[in-house]
Amino acid sequence: MTTPKVLVLRAPGTNCDHETSYAFELAGGQADRVHINRVLENPSLVEQYQIMCIPGGFSYGDDVAAGRIFANQMRSHLADVMNEFKSCDKLILGICNGFQVLIKSGLLLADDANGDPPATLCWNNHGLYEDRWVHLQNSSDKCVFLRGVDRLYLPIAHAEGKFVMRSEEIATQLQANQQLALKYVDAAGAPASGFPDNPNGAQGNVAGVCDESGRVFGLMPHPERFLEGTQHPRWTRDGLQSEGDGLALFRNAVEYFA
Amino acid sequence: MSLWEIDIYPADGQVDRAGEELTSDAIDLGLDTSIQIAAAHGYLLEGDISESQANRLADKLLADSIVEKTVVAPVGDIRLQQSPTEDALLVNVLNKPGVMDPVAMSAQKGIEDLGVSAEQVRTFRKYWVTGVDQQSVNRLAEKVLANDAIEQVVHGPLELDALALGTPYEFELQTIAIRSLNDQQLETLSKEGQLYLTLVEMQTIQQHFQQLEREPTDIELESIAQTWSEHCSHKTLAGRIAYQDGETQRHFESMLKETVFAATVKIREELGDDDWCVSVFKDNAGIVTFDDQYNIAFKVETHNHPSALEPYGGANTGIGGVIRDTLGTGMGAKPICNTDVFCFANPDMAHDELPPGVLHPRRVMKGVVSGVRDYGNRMGIPTVNGAIYFDDRYLGNPLVYAGNVGLIPKEKSFKQAHAGEWAVVIGGHTGRDGIHGATFSSAELTSDSEMLSGGAVQIGNAITEKMVMDVLLEARDRNLYSCVTDCGAGGLSSAIGEMGEEIGVEVYLDKAPLKYDGLSYTEIWISEAQERMVFSVPDEHWEEFHSLCESEGVDATIVGKFVDHGRLVLKYHDHVVGDLTMAFLHDGRPPVIRDAHYEIPQIQKMDLEGQASSLADDLKGILGSLNVASKEWVVRQYDHEVQAGSVVKPLVGIQNDGPGDAAVVKPVLESCKGITVSCGMNPRYGDYDTYHMAASAIDEAVRNSVAVGADPTRIAVLDNFCWGYTDRPETLGSLVRAALACYDIAVELKTPFISGKDSLNNEFSYQNDAGEKVTISIPPTLLISAIGQVEDVTTCTTMDAKEAGNIVYQVGTTKRELGGSHWTFVRELTGGAVPTVCTENCNAVFPAVHQAIKSGLIRACHDMSEGGLAVAAAEMAFAGGLGMTIDLACVKTDQEYSGDTENIVKLFAESNTRFLMEVAPENVEAFEQTMADVAFSRLGVISDEQELVVNNGDLNLIATPIEELKEAWQSPLRW
Repeated sequence: MTTPKVLVLRAPGTNCDHETSYAFELAGGQADRVHINRVLENPSLVEQYQIMCIPGGFSYGDDVAAGRIFANQMRSHLADVMNEFKSCDKLILGICNGFQVLIKSGLLLADDANGDPPATLCWNNHGLYEDRWVHLQNSSDKCVFLRGVDRLYLPIAHAEGKFVMRSEEIATQLQANQQLALKYVDAAGAPASGFPDNPNGAQGNVAGVCDESGRVFGLMPHPERFLEGTQHPRWTRDGLQSEGDGLALFRNAVEYFA
Repeated sequence: MSLWEIDIYPADGQVDRAGEELTSDAIDLGLDTSIQIAAAHGYLLEGDISESQANRLADKLLADSIVEKTVVAPVGDIRLQQSPTEDALLVNVLNKPGVMDPVAMSAQKGIEDLGVSAEQVRTFRKYWVTGVDQQSVNRLAEKVLANDAIEQVVHGPLELDALALGTPYEFELQTIAIRSLNDQQLETLSKEGQLYLTLVEMQTIQQHFQQLEREPTDIELESIAQTWSEHCSHKTLAGRIAYQDGETQRHFESMLKETVFAATVKIREELGDDDWCVSVFKDNAGIVTFDDQYNIAFKVETHNHPSALEPYGGANTGIGGVIRDTLGTGMGAKPICNTDVFCFANPDMAHDELPPGVLHPRRVMKGVVSGVRDYGNRMGIPTVNGAIYFDDRYLGNPLVYAGNVGLIPKEKSFKQAHAGEWAVVIGGHTGRDGIHGATFSSAELTSDSEMLSGGAVQIGNAITEKMVMDVLLEARDRNLYSCVTDCGAGGLSSAIGEMGEEIGVEVYLDKAPLKYDGLSYTEIWISEAQERMVFSVPDEHWEEFHSLCESEGVDATIVGKFVDHGRLVLKYHDHVVGDLTMAFLHDGRPPVIRDAHYEIPQIQKMDLEGQASSLADDLKGILGSLNVASKEWVVRQYDHEVQAGSVVKPLVGIQNDGPGDAAVVKPVLESCKGITVSCGMNPRYGDYDTYHMAASAIDEAVRNSVAVGADPTRIAVLDNFCWGYTDRPETLGSLVRAALACYDIAVELKTPFISGKDSLNNEFSYQNDAGEKVTISIPPTLLISAIGQVEDVTTCTTMDAKEAGNIVYQVGTTKRELGGSHWTFVRELTGGAVPTVCTENCNAVFPAVHQAIKSGLIRACHDMSEGGLAVAAAEMAFAGGLGMTIDLACVKTDQEYSGDTENIVKLFAESNTRFLMEVAPENVEAFEQTMADVAFSRLGVISDEQELVVNNGDLNLIATPIEELKEAWQSPLRW
């Protein structure tokens, strides 16, 4: 099996880059943590990688809005190289802040005719940062990262994770297209009916979204925080799982290049 | 040049959450309930910016068109004055000039990315208020909308024409004639110059300059004052103290050295080759061994006074500062988790009970929690442990303890600067932050000249510090420097002064990068601007060091050079503005001599007969008392899982909401070795005897770590003394007595203190309505923070009941110790004996409990503390979603008790060194064998009944559904 190279793209304020690299390595990839400044200096740097991941954190402090400054850097300086990356049958993953960056940069969902993003991630309904474990349901046959996954139990940790779409038409279209790939559910697997199962008030209980190809995926929960049994909040009650639910996403990414 | 205002409102159909929350706060304040507040936030942009560019910035960068709408116009334009509601009064809130504005800094970068150039950016908030008169709006602005320590309020539309700050500085050397002053004049100089030195210290300085036959410059006096300050030299507790308490008399040459620190020295001697302390009481944090590759560093700091004035900024910069402490320990430790402990007055206090000049406790608490949250979360450091204590004596003086644990490669644990190396500062720029009374009068937003925010009140910028951390750890691993320390209190003066203490240093003050023009050489030297670190960099590494910093956008500047001359030489361009010997600066301070008295209180008898008629209500009362009640609202706002090392989280149990005893973190992802972090504190015991308060705090901190699986032979502790005015012999006496307990208990438990910090003179004075001076002193408050180690984290356990049918045990002996207990607190009783610590018992119980946990014999283990057995049992049951039935007749006590006394003592006494445990039936025999040498009591069983049942023999005392108990515990702080 070939070992795909993973670009873990960090910016000032990114703070989940170490554990995200660790997750890809555990899944069999070879991960490099690379500062955005290196890519801005030399955009062709990304060509040597098969997977790009924008990890969690507070890029540029999440000042102005979560992921906005980083996303604007992508739009202003790296749009061509990123679109080229997408078009070469490669994979892009955005986790939490990375999802916010992907959505706001137009990399995940293309801008509408007015040049505006069709969806956003905004403040949680209760207006606070929240760290909480949530139940998730795979709702897409398309998303490469979710292949073979049915349900997931993962932590969220964010203030601006409420997914909102610009119009009903967009919602219908994304749903029909199986792009609303990951949804908040309750412990029994039924659609979440409000807080806390849906921790932020996301429209349609959407926790993660993929592009039309299924190769670009962003999600609010943190799969890199559940790779092994001791990370589960109740392992002392329920026993140690042999591996965490989150590892499957990284393994799917690596195995895509097998 | 134009000045644009961009107002951002929630889009139509979106909830105005900020407005709703403020409206509710306004009604809490007592304003008319018809009040309505609509909130917006915005940006002021100055530069060559066209209207279309301003609109583009609003659409593409500053606002989110799906959920927000904007108004864009030049400042003063009528469009900006269109109220979204009718007849509203407009209030704008802006940071005072010079206050850190991280959002503005990032926005400026984003604007640049879009190809537009903004010379200045500022943020502001805008409120439209209806339903009340202007007088109410003024009160609202003062109490709810703004904090005048850092913000200014503009009623009506903003009117200003420029944002730029600062005017060029013209050099002029200032000398202070000190040699001919009399004592009174020396005291006046100390006070008016804000040197805060005593007369004896001023006389010492005077003599020094008389010998030198010259007058000092202002910067020399400031350097001495900084170095000799209580904050930097801990002169009171490190000074000479004559102590007596009726039983003993002691004379200390250096009190802390002979108590807390001496305990560690003795323990290390006794351990000999097994000594696992690495660096104690000398670096920014204490260091102990961890595994073959790494050591662990730990430090807890306080940031009390700043948090009283500006809770958000105070807590924010408090956590930022303690993170720099571990970053600046050895050659730099990687921060792996935070712990935060706060003390507040009752958050439900009526507004009209507040003394003047005091922020409401609820506002203080919300601000402090937000400050810690925003800094810790942005740094990517999980906040895994903490506590909040409530006592109305914290009203004018809330306490904010912020702690950080770091992981450091063994070979990086020590540092040494050398002559010939560069003194380099990296990170934030230097501004007037931290200089009291400095004024700033350029381009203010009103016609008045505004005070620039003083040193006590700053706002942090976590991302600057995160960037510093990223390059620091990389530079460390590339061996690019030989010494590092943080720039905290005292600024460059302290950081460079300390680093060069054994060598000598010359400093080029004009080289320091500034936030704005106009700083004098002295202001540059003593500014406490945040997010700066100082390094000693050999010349051959300077280029690589600098380019590494540059590659990640971090400023690095040479500001001096270490020179082998034993002097501190300060230069501004070609002028020598200060020249002091390191010997005088660091060793010239005359010793502080203080008296300390303590009167050991007699135990007041408390009759318990007739007091046991409401045991279930008492239990619910304690569960709902603020100290015990669930802190979930706070905990969930902290990222406690970033870095992915979380093993036992702060919230545990079947619904992830029970109160864990200690956090367990696995700092090296590939390894199964872990650390525990816990704390102990009980100010209420200090009202009875500070010796037993301190002893109990150590027992509690250790107990909490042992309860999750820590090895009791590998627990280290930190001390943080927060006390009242220690010039009063009785107040200092109560502190010395606590320090004596620290020595006694630490030595007997072989639990070393590795670092500590004190904060003295925590008192608040005001004039009451009758014009009398009222002083509120905080209760003696000693925080003990423990860091433990676990060989294999998969052996850890948690406090939640796991399975019906399992057996419940109490380990440890219950005594009639109700003094200062939560039972007496909710029953509003006083008297009784305060809990004591028997170290012989500790040395039997802790290892036995550890052995049982490590062997897998325990399904749940909960520390017994506030509220005693009753609270521990209730928490274990409801955290596990299971019932529990226990029989008090089985509880082992130090002597026979009967009647109401028996039931109250067994349920609510807070005797130390006790654990409540759940054991599966098949492990009962092995468990009891493990506990053969300690007192244990088989109390009952875990049940499916969803009820806590407490009997004494045939008599039922409590039978309460666990949901009811849980609700009592969760509801008070479910904000």
